[in-house]
Amino acid sequence: MSALLVDIILWGSVAVLGVMVWLRGRAVLVSSAREGTLDFINIVPRIALGVIGAGYIAAVIPSEVITGWLGPDSGWFGVLMATVAGAATPGGPVIGFSLGAVAMKAGAGPPQVIAYVVAWALFAFQRLILWEIPFMPARFVWFRAAVSLPFPFVAAAIAMAIGKP
Amino acid sequence: MALAELPLKDPAPADDTADTEPRPGHIRKPIGWSMIVIAVLVAVCVVLVWRRDGVDGVTEILFSDLALFGGILPRVLAGCLLGAFIAEILPHEKVSRALGPNSGLKGLLIGTAFGAILPGGPFTVYPVAAALLTVGADFGAAIAMVVSWTLIGYGRAIVWELPIMGTDFTLWRIVISLPLPILAGALGRFVYVRIYPKGAQP
Repeated sequence: MSALLVDIILWGSVAVLGVMVWLRGRAVLVSSAREGTLDFINIVPRIALGVIGAGYIAAVIPSEVITGWLGPDSGWFGVLMATVAGAATPGGPVIGFSLGAVAMKAGAGPPQVIAYVVAWALFAFQRLILWEIPFMPARFVWFRAAVSLPFPFVAAAIAMAIGKP
Repeated sequence: MALAELPLKDPAPADDTADTEPRPGHIRKPIGWSMIVIAVLVAVCVVLVWRRDGVDGVTEILFSDLALFGGILPRVLAGCLLGAFIAEILPHEKVSRALGPNSGLKGLLIGTAFGAILPGGPFTVYPVAAALLTVGADFGAAIAMVVSWTLIGYGRAIVWELPIMGTDFTLWRIVISLPLPILAGALGRFVYVRIYPKGAQP
């Protein structure tokens, strides 16, 4: 259901922008549609490697390892481990958030879980491999990941400071 | 070829070169070392799965991933078209002014807002971010956009985080995350001008 909604919004945006390009002339629409299609053809082998590859990498990392890292231990070492765990978590959002919820139930501190979720959002290797590296210039991806490194810690520090959630 | 498609009455031939110039630093380049590293990593993991689960384990993952791949493809096409159309519509000089290296805090705020409201998933955000980079956005604004999409984009939060993590956690997590895209973009800019003082093109 939500997948259908996403597709409707997505193709709706494509249609609206397509009309805006078409208003500048048919030739402009044809050439930019060809540009987009060529990008697509170029990206397909990389996406294929990402999708199929990520499945095998995920199969090798057992989820107990992730929750073990997130354990009830608190403090900055816990935040560090949570950050590593977030980056190493295989699979999509269901697995990422479920492991966070499991860790919370197992007694992990909220700042550590915040750090885990933020690190997963910023660095989850599967999203990097499957989406970011194929689409973006490689230099941008590594640069982006490097400057994002402090932010799970910043998020945990804010959570500790305000005492929430 | 693109020249032939230009309207004949175009009065400003000087602009033609700007239009026909290949988009710089784009995704259309041979497989880089990043993909080679990933391919090697995948090969190692395939062998590990094969040794643990045998051929059946390997084919089972292969078929479920191929199904996933087939489902993703149309969205990837939509994302690529979206990126190409946005690159066509947004004028180069306006993007450079709004999201370029000298756009200041405002550029980071625009990037953050754009990432937060962009519909769809990774299949939209990365092609669009790549398109913005090619039409004049700097690394800082693009980082703000990508980080904003992952941290405060509403799509994933509503569909996945809210039901699994609960309302309280999700809301506070988003509140805590609000400043992060801007900080990440600012840090990106700060580091970028020091690593590439001559303003190398991304």
